[in-house]
Amino acid sequence: MSSVVVRDYIIPANDFTIAGDASSNVRKILSQIGVAPDIVKRTSIAMYEAEINAVIHGNGGQAHVEIDENKIVIIISDQGPGIADLELAMQEGYSTAPDSIREMGFGAGMGLSNIKKNSDILEIKTAVNEGTTVYITVFFK
Amino acid sequence: MEQYYFHSVTLDTSKCKGCTNCIKYCPTEAIRVRNGKAVIIKERCIDCGLCIRICPYHAKKAVTDPLESIKNYKFKIALPAPTLYGQFGPDYTRERIVSALKQYGFDYVFEVARAAEIVTNATEYYMANKEIKKPVISSACPAVVRFIQIRFPNLIDNLLRIESPMEVAAALSRQEVNEKYGIPLDEIGVFFISPCAAKVTSVKAPYENRKSNVDGVLSIKDIFLPLLGIMKKQGDITSEPFSLSSAIGVSWAVTGGESSAIKEGRRIAVHGIHSVNDILEQAVKGNLDNIDFLEVLACPEGCLGGPLVVENPFIAKVNINNEIAKIAKNQAHRVLPKHKDVKEFEWKSTVEYRPIMKLDDDMMKALEKMNMIDVITEGFLGLDCGACGAPSCRALAEDIVRGDAKETDCIFKLREKVNSIAHQLHQIESAGSMSDDNK
Repeated sequence: MSSVVVRDYIIPANDFTIAGDASSNVRKILSQIGVAPDIVKRTSIAMYEAEINAVIHGNGGQAHVEIDENKIVIIISDQGPGIADLELAMQEGYSTAPDSIREMGFGAGMGLSNIKKNSDILEIKTAVNEGTTVYITVFFK
Repeated sequence: MEQYYFHSVTLDTSKCKGCTNCIKYCPTEAIRVRNGKAVIIKERCIDCGLCIRICPYHAKKAVTDPLESIKNYKFKIALPAPTLYGQFGPDYTRERIVSALKQYGFDYVFEVARAAEIVTNATEYYMANKEIKKPVISSACPAVVRFIQIRFPNLIDNLLRIESPMEVAAALSRQEVNEKYGIPLDEIGVFFISPCAAKVTSVKAPYENRKSNVDGVLSIKDIFLPLLGIMKKQGDITSEPFSLSSAIGVSWAVTGGESSAIKEGRRIAVHGIHSVNDILEQAVKGNLDNIDFLEVLACPEGCLGGPLVVENPFIAKVNINNEIAKIAKNQAHRVLPKHKDVKEFEWKSTVEYRPIMKLDDDMMKALEKMNMIDVITEGFLGLDCGACGAPSCRALAEDIVRGDAKETDCIFKLREKVNSIAHQLHQIESAGSMSDDNK
């Protein structure tokens, strides 16, 4: 048996009832394979934020997860509007979320900076009108 | 380690029919049906008592101490949980219940409600500390604490590090009796009168690895009839001196009681272990960072819905609320005993993460096992029918990988196998008859 665990999830557009299921599932897997609780927490926060971003801004998308004994790599991609100014988007408090989203308690502009804070490597590829792909890596040691 | 394996919740094998009701509802997937009988996986059980409530054959029970065990002590203290007051109906006031306990044979009654007020006070001082992690999660329900220990290690630091009202009541009453009456400590027996199986476990096998101050746990169910009998014959009790707790302590029996007793902050009260699971999932995701206090109780309707109660929780709630309304009339002001010294009631040690869901100590092997579970699960129909004795197809796959079950425990897999053997036999037989024809 291979010792790389792979998971693929569909992230539905604008459906907050399902948003977060993928990161919950990943959290359970990481606990089952014995990853330390604080690392599990960082990973699930980073993934949850990216998932929510795809729901809010990206019109949904997909998550691809690979776990080996050293690290987890999470790739979340959407075919949404893309990010025009990535540097600006990374700043805490900057948000383009519409009021309807903010009313639900999301869209505080902490998403990307929170992902960065909780991941070891964060890479973002984005193009206006084409979509955004977020690569998150968290090491286990 | 041994102490972890004591559980109040146990199985009466003679009553168990081997149905799948309990395995489906268990929040920690701690029950399997093997050889036609339910088996509780001890490491996983959190004593929430949900299976006791679910089982149509009453085959699940909670072990408590027998009523006679109070006779082992010269001086007997009763600690009635406030839930007790909701069991008897409008004619039976708190005063009557408390004096019935004395008539039953207890020398001293210390209301757990009184200790609950002290815990409320201690919680307020605790919450005033800006350093603590929010939301603070109530630690009063031992089933929830155990649930967090195995499922939500990231929330262990959010637990309110203050003893439960039961433990505070036990410590204070023992001390009071010792000082007031000069009774030697070893002659005092402290008995909690409990709606709750998990409290039994927390007395016999405390998660903080220290000895409990409670000597025995009696169930409300057991003492209900004796108390009712006494109260029916009870004479005039108006001359007895009563110093009972205020409404704040009594309200702890009702959901929202603990959280609304705290003066300020954003508070949520959640009850029922599956709802508790959902709110803790939210907490892990960071969605409750703007909440100050989270009251979480494993039983539906909180302690009033405990597995060891007699009265329907909704009726009990009316009874308790009537009692609370009476007290509120008598005591216009919020009276809380002053216990500035929170340290006295703080946990001396912490609870630990118990990674019992882990597949293997070696992460490489755990990853391989995870993949094996995926492959095996793929091969099942995904009906989660429970006929194999595991709660879901994935749980069976996990059991197989852990070496506790085999693929043909699945009746569909078994049928496939029987079909294929039958097919093979048929082929052998027709090959045989062909060679017969050739003779």
